[in-house]
Amino acid sequence: MPETDLTHPVTDVTDLATQPHFVADWDESTVGEIDALDESVPPASLWKEAGRKLIRRPTFIVAALMIVVILAVTIFPTWFSAGDPKAGCLLANRFGPATAGAPLGFDQQGCNVWTFIVYGARPSVLVGVLAMLAVLLLGGTIGALAGWYGHWLDAILSRLGDIFYAIPTVLAALVFLNSQKGKGGTTMVFLVVGVIAVFAWPQMARITRGAVLSVKSSDFITASRALGVSNRKILLRHVLPNAAAPMIVVATTSLGTYIVLEATLSFLGLGLPLSMHSWGSQVASAQGLIRNHPDQLFYPSAALALTVLAFIMLGDAVRDALDPKAAR
Amino acid sequence: MGWYIGKRLLQMIPVFFGATLLVYAMVFFIPGDPIQAMFGEKAVNPLIAQQLREQFHLDQPFYMQYLIWLKGIFQGDFGMSFSGRPVIDEIAQAYPVTVKLACIALCFEAVIGVILGVIAGLTKGKWFDTTALIISLLLIAVPTFVMGFLLQVVLGVKLQWFPVTVGANQSLEALVMPGFVLASVSIAYVLRLTRTSVAENAHADYVRTATAKGLRRGQVISRHILRNSLIPVVTFLGVDLGALMGGAIVTEGIFNVPGVGNKLFQAIMRDQGPTIVSLVTILVIVFMVMSLLVDLLYAALDPRIRLA
Repeated sequence: MPETDLTHPVTDVTDLATQPHFVADWDESTVGEIDALDESVPPASLWKEAGRKLIRRPTFIVAALMIVVILAVTIFPTWFSAGDPKAGCLLANRFGPATAGAPLGFDQQGCNVWTFIVYGARPSVLVGVLAMLAVLLLGGTIGALAGWYGHWLDAILSRLGDIFYAIPTVLAALVFLNSQKGKGGTTMVFLVVGVIAVFAWPQMARITRGAVLSVKSSDFITASRALGVSNRKILLRHVLPNAAAPMIVVATTSLGTYIVLEATLSFLGLGLPLSMHSWGSQVASAQGLIRNHPDQLFYPSAALALTVLAFIMLGDAVRDALDPKAAR
Repeated sequence: MGWYIGKRLLQMIPVFFGATLLVYAMVFFIPGDPIQAMFGEKAVNPLIAQQLREQFHLDQPFYMQYLIWLKGIFQGDFGMSFSGRPVIDEIAQAYPVTVKLACIALCFEAVIGVILGVIAGLTKGKWFDTTALIISLLLIAVPTFVMGFLLQVVLGVKLQWFPVTVGANQSLEALVMPGFVLASVSIAYVLRLTRTSVAENAHADYVRTATAKGLRRGQVISRHILRNSLIPVVTFLGVDLGALMGGAIVTEGIFNVPGVGNKLFQAIMRDQGPTIVSLVTILVIVFMVMSLLVDLLYAALDPRIRLA
């Protein structure tokens, strides 16, 4: 038999509050439960509690280790492979077998496959992280403004969000990036990040708006108002830190999605230029070899999938740790 | 209810105008000359170019072009593609394939996702649950194009169980593999949603009551747990169907499925403004109508939800 659920009140509080005689929830905590509470230590904050939960989760440990390796490859590619991937391409090595310096063998052009894989990490991770930050900033700001000021500003910003939400991000990105073909590498990174941010912010804005709305009505906000704290200060100091948990959950979970998005755009030939060796464009250039050399297709695909897996696992673990309802 | 539907329909109006204007603007500012593109490398007779420009209203300023296009849409005229065919014909040709593919994908999601999710939810914390969660992580992490190539190599080229590409052969057999690839990420989401929902409801008071009054386990699951747990799953599937109807650019591209996604991608690559805008408009409308239907369905399935 499952244990009795003590955490849910028997009746809906909002209904009771409107009655002439307000009856408080019946506290069903048992005496033993109250005695068991250790009052000698101060109660842990949401973040400390979440940190403690995270360290105990095996998925988090695996994901964190993978991400440390991925970040190392991203920042210091020379530690893992010899220099410029395009240097040392010899046609004599075409589809050559694995050697000491090239554990994955050589590709159609006689280039070192491993070096390409290593150098492909940087654009993918860079675009993913920048896009996440941009969405956090754009969606967070818009959502916070809509939730905090409400009324007509909320109506306008929510409809604006609906517009961008109705157009699929991949589609919008393709149409936009098609008009920007042939730009340089760095410009393309910012354009890809920009187009993801512009079309992916509504989800973040909705979450932030909801969180801000729920914080807005709490007593400590009324108290700060009564003390004469300015609107802007309340928003930055009190509301946003309290709305941060759901925002962080959405941001970490979407990081993997943005990496996939960049790879998809590059795969379709409209994302990052070939010269950046994004895994997506590596898959695209190997797709013609699917029948005779499927391994050429496999390596960049596997690198991409492992990276995305690491970030998705991180997002999962963070959500479980920060969401008190999940994983009880 | 009627009031709610009216309000939602009214809210769609600004979204419709905003989204079409946005797409129109993005298409309009594509650099390069579409008329020159029609002629490829050859030099264009300036008189013919002028005539074509007038025919496609390319000599008008941006807002006039948008208004002319809008007027056409309201009259059911989706314009001509630059290749001279009415866009609506191209859509009519491509849409059935996409709908077929979307339905196959939806079947995969509903069958695999729900069955695995229910078993995982009922055995939360056991080995089956852990395995199902790992599978769902892998399905989410492997990008669509990677999954597509993987199945193409293994099931198509090596084992030869399914045709490698679709092309003109749009039989069920040929569409099974692309359908699964299209569904793969959503299967994982359906699995997780079902699992959480079932695990939550398995400990609900009414389930305990049902067990206490002597109902068999199978009946408790099918009559009580499933009926309540599947409400969010059904709504997710509805929203997803709306997205799937938008065509899958990547999946349709890899398997050479002549659907809307493929058509759209070709239109984008060839700078065919009118086709792009009209296709996207239809997709946006389908998506909005589907999400309205899903909200209504949600209220119909769960009487606790009151739409206001």
